[in-house]
Amino acid sequence: MAALSTLKAQTRSIDIATCRDDFPVFSREVHGKPLAYLDSAASSQMPEPVMRAYTDYHSRYHANVHRGVHLLSQEATEAMEAARESMRELINARSGKEVIFTSGTTDAINLVMQTYGRSQIGEGDEIIISTMEHHSNIVPWRMLCDEKKAVLKVIPISDDGVIDMEAYESMLSDRTRLVGIVHVSNTLGTINPVKEITRLAHSRDIPVLIDGAQAVSHMKVDVQDIDCDFFATSGHKMFGPTGIGILYGKEEMLSKMPPYRGGGDMIISVSFDEVLFNDLPYKFEAGTPNISGAIGMGKAAEYIQAIGYDAIRHKEQELLKYATEKLSAIDGLRIIGTAPEKSSVVSFVMDGIHPHDIGTILDLEGVAVRTGHHCTQPLMDRLGVVATTRASMAMYTRKEEIDQLTAALQKAVEIFK
Amino acid sequence: MNDKMSQLYQQVLLDHNKTPRNYRELENADQESLGYNPLCGDKYKVFVNIDEQDIVTDVTFIGDGCAISKASASMMTNIAKGKHVDEIDSLYHQFHDMVRGKLDPDTDPNDLGHLKIFAGVRDLPARVKCAVLSWHTLNAAIKGKEKVSTE
Repeated sequence: MAALSTLKAQTRSIDIATCRDDFPVFSREVHGKPLAYLDSAASSQMPEPVMRAYTDYHSRYHANVHRGVHLLSQEATEAMEAARESMRELINARSGKEVIFTSGTTDAINLVMQTYGRSQIGEGDEIIISTMEHHSNIVPWRMLCDEKKAVLKVIPISDDGVIDMEAYESMLSDRTRLVGIVHVSNTLGTINPVKEITRLAHSRDIPVLIDGAQAVSHMKVDVQDIDCDFFATSGHKMFGPTGIGILYGKEEMLSKMPPYRGGGDMIISVSFDEVLFNDLPYKFEAGTPNISGAIGMGKAAEYIQAIGYDAIRHKEQELLKYATEKLSAIDGLRIIGTAPEKSSVVSFVMDGIHPHDIGTILDLEGVAVRTGHHCTQPLMDRLGVVATTRASMAMYTRKEEIDQLTAALQKAVEIFK
Repeated sequence: MNDKMSQLYQQVLLDHNKTPRNYRELENADQESLGYNPLCGDKYKVFVNIDEQDIVTDVTFIGDGCAISKASASMMTNIAKGKHVDEIDSLYHQFHDMVRGKLDPDTDPNDLGHLKIFAGVRDLPARVKCAVLSWHTLNAAIKGKEKVSTE
């Protein structure tokens, strides 16, 4: 197939030192300054091969999937299934049946809430999450708890942003029906011990869902090794398109769960009296999917593999060390989140300067960061801050961008002194 | 410093941010309202006393947020004190139009005076809400609404 051969032809080793050249966005300026993009945790940039895979679909074989007998539809179907396979490989799922395309991490978590949650969790049952969850792993469970009169329990964290494992262990009970935990905190960068968290939950037969939105672009995720029951992630946090993501689920869990949304593609046969649902993974994929998004995300998975997680981890840890040193040296700056195991995220507050003023000053200096509560309001409350400024780095980040950030922050200090 | 930055973060604004005027709770206020911007957590409470002629005899505020929102609140209380509610309503609309780029304070007729320093916000769409939060809140307090949100 023409489409497939194009997809696979690109999968060769890529040097991390020069990968930045693959990202067209870095040639642009912002307010007359070179762009320093330090907001990859919000959305990572997209390399040219991903864009090409995305537009190839639209320019050469745009058609619906799993339906037509014509060549374009067959090519589209093959490309989308190849993307599923690339995602399977990236996270080491057992089979493609365990990889369900969703619109993103939020959608994936909602899928688990609406299916596993609504069928298995009832009055007085308990769901355990942590203090550092993103709203996407709080709100669905809060909604479910309100609906079912279930109890939401929250694992405390230390001041430096580490989960209290002793407290967690003591919270597990006969009423616990699910543990939902973020793999890597988007606000603090903390990498949580998800394997140990899963092991402890499984010792009581409690399933575990991992919010992996911030993990897959930074580190090797092996869902079989972690042994989690569910793992959710998003395309646009791993150099792919927006509006696409996956839910990984163990086949034994997924096959027991009722369908999520009803419609085309998720059925084998339909009459007005009866519906026969399709097999995995299609049971959970009602309606025409985000085909180009899936193809783009699959390509992004291949791109990451071509660079290699060892190279990514090594470079990002260096960047993290460099940024931490540089920022710590600024007067009145305090880093929020100092766990020993961190991904390349540095959140901070500054004496007398509100994060939104910092954000504006940095923007005018060409530096893109995120300011605010980062969709983690309960975490902000726990840490006693209203908002932080967050610089988040990725495999394409250069030290010069951190220098540009540091210089812009010095300017903010000057203005507000 | 580049032009946009120096235009926005003028000394006047920085001074009002550091030492906000009328920054206190008004005990037994006739009306009060809470303004909240959930996006950035900016939160201000505005208190007003209004006499029988609909003159705002006193206006104060408390709360926290960015420099733009705090300076805006501070300057607003200075300018609103002693004015008729209709005048304040007119200023509220002029200010709103200015930060949204619909009114040019240098060429269009207006009564904005010192408030002109917030004109630079029109180039920063993400910050418009910071500048108008306290004005929305004052407007709500005058009209007797207890809560207002800029989201």
